[in-house]
Amino acid sequence: MVDADQQGREFRARAREWLTANVPAQDTDDLGVAKRFQAAMHEAGFAGITWPAAYGGAGLGEPAQLAFNDAAKDFDLPTRPFIIGMGMCGPTIVDLGTEEQKSRYLPPLLRGEEIWCQLFSEPGAGSDVASLQTRAVRDGDEWVLDGQKVWTTLAHLADFGAVLARTDPDVPKHQGLTMFIVDMHAPGVEVRPLRDMTGRAPFNEVFFGNVRLGADSVIGTVGEGWRAAVVMLGHERVSIGTTVARRSDPLAFEVLAADARANGLLDDQAVRTELAELYSRQRALQLFTARLRQEANAGNPPGARGSVAKLVGALNSAFAVDVAGTVGGPSALAADADDQHAIERAVAMNGAPSAAIAGGTNEIQRNIIGERVLGLAKEPSVDRDVPFRELKVGTQRAE
Amino acid sequence: MELVLTHEQEDLRATVRKFLRAESPMTKVRAVVDGERDHDPALWRRLAGELGLVGLTIPEKYDGVGATQVERSVVLEEMGRALLPAPYLSTALAVDTLLALDDEPARAELLPPIAAGELLATVAIAEDSSRWRTTDTRTIATPDPDGWRLTGSKNLVLDGATADVLIVLANSPEGPAFFRVAGIASGLTRTPLVSLDPTRRFARVDLNETPAIRLNATDPVAALERIADLAALGLAAESLGVLAATVEMAVDYAKVRVQFGRYIGSYQAVKHLCVDSYVDYELAVSVLRNAAWAADHDPAEFRLAAANARVSVLPAAFRAAARNIQVHGGIGYTWEHDAHLYYKRAKANELLLGNGVSARVTLADRLGI
Repeated sequence: MVDADQQGREFRARAREWLTANVPAQDTDDLGVAKRFQAAMHEAGFAGITWPAAYGGAGLGEPAQLAFNDAAKDFDLPTRPFIIGMGMCGPTIVDLGTEEQKSRYLPPLLRGEEIWCQLFSEPGAGSDVASLQTRAVRDGDEWVLDGQKVWTTLAHLADFGAVLARTDPDVPKHQGLTMFIVDMHAPGVEVRPLRDMTGRAPFNEVFFGNVRLGADSVIGTVGEGWRAAVVMLGHERVSIGTTVARRSDPLAFEVLAADARANGLLDDQAVRTELAELYSRQRALQLFTARLRQEANAGNPPGARGSVAKLVGALNSAFAVDVAGTVGGPSALAADADDQHAIERAVAMNGAPSAAIAGGTNEIQRNIIGERVLGLAKEPSVDRDVPFRELKVGTQRAE
Repeated sequence: MELVLTHEQEDLRATVRKFLRAESPMTKVRAVVDGERDHDPALWRRLAGELGLVGLTIPEKYDGVGATQVERSVVLEEMGRALLPAPYLSTALAVDTLLALDDEPARAELLPPIAAGELLATVAIAEDSSRWRTTDTRTIATPDPDGWRLTGSKNLVLDGATADVLIVLANSPEGPAFFRVAGIASGLTRTPLVSLDPTRRFARVDLNETPAIRLNATDPVAALERIADLAALGLAAESLGVLAATVEMAVDYAKVRVQFGRYIGSYQAVKHLCVDSYVDYELAVSVLRNAAWAADHDPAEFRLAAANARVSVLPAAFRAAARNIQVHGGIGYTWEHDAHLYYKRAKANELLLGNGVSARVTLADRLGI
């Protein structure tokens, strides 16, 4: 047998060399840069590493992907517009798509020509996604889509979306769902930016009014949308687990320690011990994710233990907000308009609550860990066997 | 860095766990808790002879096994899990001290009988501040025609009342230095203390013109730092075992205890308590493996990692031990239940090298902030 470690090292070295030569020095959100970079990455064989070669992937195994991730952790890749497509929608089409869907959608995605978004969450369906109310009604061979989605990353740039809709309200909630591919440029699709509490609008609300979907737009099987969603969320967990935090995080220990120094606060023992505690928590999480990586390389995938990293990251962010306030000096409260550092810190402080909500709240992560890792009993489900039509959903008024 | 144990290290863990389950069950721990004895000398001989654990990190030329700190961490984890009431940590720290100093004759004389389980040794570093620093040392060493005489008072000496040899930190005219003192030396008063943790034995050691032999050391201050860091690592390893045991106890109980017609582990309020302890465990394993690996491979990283293990692992074990009592409810608060023994060991380990503030200050110092 050829030495797998040796192959991994070679792939990692090749990836590092390519990334060093091709990643733009200045981190950017420019769409043109992103598309050109994605195309070049595909050309070099680093996009869709585990995807089948027949649809433009590299057809390699998981170790090659891990080797690439390891090499990429030292770079800020300008590929954010493709995160959902490459990390979630594409892999789900690889798993569940028809031959036609794979040939039509995967190659342009890999080449950076088409952008994707994922449309699950709704105002009435957050942690309980299966209670969603967007409906798709059959009309001959086609379907008609109506409803509202929220927290949709990239919808304003997206060419296509993977949308989860209710196709049968007369069966229990998990059974009446279907996943579709929706053309985001189709008539009846309206995208509105959604401002979050930081004042920025990195997400969107998406409204569907009489949007027509072709019969060939179903991903997987009609009525088995929940299974498709589970497949996609499995890919999301992997992609969150393998996405490495940007180096310039204003809430990182190194940055906040420098703030404390700049503000003359390191003579204060209370400040020093708070910073030490922050280091300790952030370092523990780094070591945990490094350990999961070493275990994965040895053939033990993390599974639901990935939720531990997600949860701890959110808890650490919340703690770091307090430390940032402590060490930031007056500029933590109000800063000159051209004080970019203070303003980025303020955005990060105001953005911390999202870490505890997005991608599964802390409470949901704790349920996942408790039930799937520790094997504790689930809470009794009152809605599992009831037709969706009879359920309470979202925010109800007291009767 | 290596954060995952090898098959051989996992085998070592399994061997130690099996042995301690069979030979040091809670009924035997309770005999020590109830004050019937300080430890079980027959068990100690088997730990040393049959299992080779007492000489684990002692080099082979002194009749030891020559293993690394990673192996010793694994052993200490299992001893923490079993709350083994034996003078293992104290002896291990004495071994670390002899290896950190530069006294070849003392090593050659003391390490082989330690490895054989025939000689109990401990370190007497802390005084009233309880911190392991030369600047907190008030004990005085004065030269004498036959060697040295020590006068002062050492506090929180682990197994200090029973050790055959004590390695004592004192101030000599040339600066801080380490000395060996026989347990039967004149002018030595060893007073057993009432410990927060009844599975541990601490003593105050008063020295009054006590004869001592100086141990050769080129840099006693650096040696003390290394010894204190290895003590932090050892305590963290034990506490990781405590943490693991309490997570398992809580989860196991939440799976069988029913209230209001449901297993209590199905309630999020209880489930999330168990999860928070498990999360503490996963982080603690990661921090500890890195520190144990760094102890033998990366001195700069070890200074940080050992300080971080104190800040990170020791309080985490106490949190988990407290949550375990909470998950058990009333039964967990009884003397009969073992939960309190883990709670007490976790808190005692947290305090042995100084309080939590001092742990964070040490980490801050090492971070250069």
